[in-house]
Amino acid sequence: MSAKKLGSVMVVGGGIAGMQTALDLADSGYYVYLVEKKAGIGGVMAQLDKTFPTNDCAM
Amino acid sequence: MTLSEVVGVEGAQGDFTVKVKQHPRYIDMDKCIACGLCAEKCPKKVGNEYNEGLDKRKAAYILYGQAVPLKYAIDAENCIYFQKGKCRACEKYCPTGAVNFNQKENIIDVKVGSVILAPGFKPFDPTVFDTYDYANIPDVVTSLEYERLLSASGPCMGHLVRPSDHTEPKRIAWLQCVGSRGINKCDNGFCSSVCCMYAIKQAIVTKEHTTGDVEQTVYYMDIRSHGKDFEKYYVDAEKKGINFVRARPHSFAPGPDGKGVKTRWVDEQGVEHNDEYDMVVLSIGLEAPADATALAETADIRLDKYRFAECDSFAPVSTSRDGIYVAGCFQSPKDIPQSVTEASSAAACAAITLAESRGSLTKEKTYPPEKNVSADAPRIGVFVCSCGINIAGVVKVDEVVEYAKTLPGVVFVENNLFTCSSDTQVLIAEKIKEHALNRIVVAACTPRTHEPLFKDTLREAGINEYLIEMANIRNQNSWVHGGEPEKATAKAKDQVRSAVAKAGLLAPLEYLSVNVVQKALVVGGGLSGMTAALGIADMGYETVLLEKSNILGGNALRLNKTWKGEEIKPKVEAMVRRVESHPKIKVLKNAALKTAVGSVGNFVSEIEVGGETLAVNYGVGVVATGGAEYKPTEYLYGHDDRVKTHLEFDAFLDVSPHAAKAAQNVVFIQCVGSREPGRPYCSRVCCTHSVESAIELKKLNPEMNVFIFNRDIRTYGLREDLYTEARRLGVIFVRYEVEKKPKVIKDGDALYVVGDDHILNTTLKIKADYLVLASAIVPNQTKELVELYKCSVGADGFLTEAHPKLKPVDMSVDGLFLAGLCHYPKPVDEAVAQAQAAVSRAGVILAKSVMPLDSIKSMVTNKCDGCALCVDTCPYKAISLTVYVENGREHKRIATDKALCKGCGICMATCPKQGVDVGGFTMNQLKAQVESILLGV
Repeated sequence: MSAKKLGSVMVVGGGIAGMQTALDLADSGYYVYLVEKKAGIGGVMAQLDKTFPTNDCAM
Repeated sequence: MTLSEVVGVEGAQGDFTVKVKQHPRYIDMDKCIACGLCAEKCPKKVGNEYNEGLDKRKAAYILYGQAVPLKYAIDAENCIYFQKGKCRACEKYCPTGAVNFNQKENIIDVKVGSVILAPGFKPFDPTVFDTYDYANIPDVVTSLEYERLLSASGPCMGHLVRPSDHTEPKRIAWLQCVGSRGINKCDNGFCSSVCCMYAIKQAIVTKEHTTGDVEQTVYYMDIRSHGKDFEKYYVDAEKKGINFVRARPHSFAPGPDGKGVKTRWVDEQGVEHNDEYDMVVLSIGLEAPADATALAETADIRLDKYRFAECDSFAPVSTSRDGIYVAGCFQSPKDIPQSVTEASSAAACAAITLAESRGSLTKEKTYPPEKNVSADAPRIGVFVCSCGINIAGVVKVDEVVEYAKTLPGVVFVENNLFTCSSDTQVLIAEKIKEHALNRIVVAACTPRTHEPLFKDTLREAGINEYLIEMANIRNQNSWVHGGEPEKATAKAKDQVRSAVAKAGLLAPLEYLSVNVVQKALVVGGGLSGMTAALGIADMGYETVLLEKSNILGGNALRLNKTWKGEEIKPKVEAMVRRVESHPKIKVLKNAALKTAVGSVGNFVSEIEVGGETLAVNYGVGVVATGGAEYKPTEYLYGHDDRVKTHLEFDAFLDVSPHAAKAAQNVVFIQCVGSREPGRPYCSRVCCTHSVESAIELKKLNPEMNVFIFNRDIRTYGLREDLYTEARRLGVIFVRYEVEKKPKVIKDGDALYVVGDDHILNTTLKIKADYLVLASAIVPNQTKELVELYKCSVGADGFLTEAHPKLKPVDMSVDGLFLAGLCHYPKPVDEAVAQAQAAVSRAGVILAKSVMPLDSIKSMVTNKCDGCALCVDTCPYKAISLTVYVENGREHKRIATDKALCKGCGICMATCPKQGVDVGGFTMNQLKAQVESILLGV
């Protein structure tokens, strides 16, 4: 029998996609390492002013 | 792990060892309190990448004000000390000694079961095009720069000015497809999918950021508003006066004195135009990340020719290496909702792979037993934060502290440099115990940022976490009254007094939770429904799959190939076999959902199947009720067998390829039943479908004439290659306007399509052997389902998601998720991705047998007389009317479903008799707060 699999996941990239993946996995019982190249997470979406069609603030 | 990158991935699915290189931050994250002194004192200015270099930051910096983690970093490449050997000003001024120039680069091994790659994209660099002269004309900017110019947190604080002379632009042009849909040098053949929509958004939003009239013109090739509600947004933009011009200006030159932009372009009639604009925005495309190749080599995964990760339509986020998944633009260019959807899909794939080890490495936090203080007289502790100099630089915090000591009920007051720092949390907990504090006021920043932290501190100190009130003396005071310290201090006192008045009345709230039935119901047995059922079952949860017909597979059984050329039927048939033999899936065919009661974690439904009624208890539901091809009433459909819909023509091609091969002329008409009154949305898949079929026909018989009558060709993303290929093979694209649709006539036995050609400027009359109508996709009827679950549905009949960008698979009712055509028309790969995303979202709830809820809920008081006014106003349908008998008489009274209630307080505001209150925001508490603040007026 093979050894038990590890209950942890590495997510590479802290933009909107990486953050959502990390949140889903952490909320479902997996330990997540979120790796980001820059000094903070947020990615390009944090640079956007507003988003359509709701014109909500992207931040 | 910030400032980090992956440099090696060894091992296999379930047991990877990832090498991570951590670059030094030169600031100790545990000590940094983000006071900002290091940046203030740093003498070195560098271009601020957050604002696309439009302004400056320091070499000691944070990315932006709301950065996470909120910790400064020193950029060694620009730091004077690192470059020249002296300075260290930041170190000298840092109040916590957080600066550490001795930090070194570090490589660590991390053991994980799965890896998900979401490195994003690289915005196209337009300096390669000398005709646009982006490098030299200051008022030619990229769309990302324009985004920062519009932003309130950008270099001009949201008051739009052009770069050359900082005046407000009056005429602005957008040029689409810069770095997309081109096969010239340095260009990309694919469509970037998002630029049409962001250009329209920018054009609309511009009006909010300028004072006078402004003229906006978008130069485009095809407008691709193929997403949910996008077409409506485009039509609205036209109505708002934004000009859309189908043309491609060749070059830009600087205007007089280097200000503004001159352009020359030719319209479709061949007439030359000379225009001047105050500004031109280049709608730059999305490329694979700069380090895509290196990352792919490190992770040992395959890339496509554009350096995006190669994925299969039936496994849209799985890379070529088992256990490694992708999300976002690294898979192909896409918008935010699709990125968020695929992010959840990737999470689902990893979670399924590692299902046996779920919960093995995470731990739950435990708290000491709680002291019941509800009957005790208030002993209020007030903590006044200086926030470094953020508050103390304006507000005289000493005065506020002295003032707070005089307030009724207050027994302890203290000032902290940073109330939110971890050592202060220890201190607050100590003071709660030492002084038997039972209500806490923190005068600091907004509760949105740190209230969860303080609540946790209260709980660790053994009192109920809802016994806290915050006074926002930073965002609502020092930050906005910087020039008036006296008045700011007086206001801070008012704020603290008001918070103390409310705190005195705070009562502990019961911690709520719901027991989760760890089972799922999936409604709909098409591709999306089956994908969702398999995913949830593979995670280990029992799943009931309900299908209204007698067969699984849905529309996918009638499709031949995906746009990538994969055969669909064999995959779907294999999937049906897996579903039907899965030990955790119970399939109910010929079944109908009859009732639905309960809420997230615990729904009960009656399902009618084969004349019997079955009760099913489940914690989550996935709705995948699908859609269908619109049956046209136009273009002689139904009157002539040669006029076929896409699905009919697919079947014909499949059964009689020889007959198809013999055809001389085949005509396609796009947007049949889409993008017109009654069905104003774009059906997203039909352009690609027609182009795909046209290519197949051309390959069957290169001599055949194939015409596609269209309004815009919307082969978004990597599908653009198909459009290029079709043109190369000689498929003729003829554009028509909605006011002047082509006509289909019969002359004797012959079938003709008559329409205007926009290039030849003449009328075409084509004798068609076959006419294929690219008809709309309409959602299946969901009226009963919507009534049963009280979920929301849009004007076009598609079910509505909780948030169009950030919650694209959650429904408006907690615990319900959607996937596939019932949400919006979509191709196979996107339907699979959305269904996998629903699996992940469902998995978040199913993972725990007990789900905690927020305790701020509405609650009935003894003044309720059952008038039911609040029942109708509740937006979450959380309130119902109940009947009880007292002293032999029947009374009515409301009851709140705690799982549905979000504590918004509309019921409380509606009730004329104070018959309903919201915990933590009761009428008495709010009254005390308001009366107290009015004392200062």
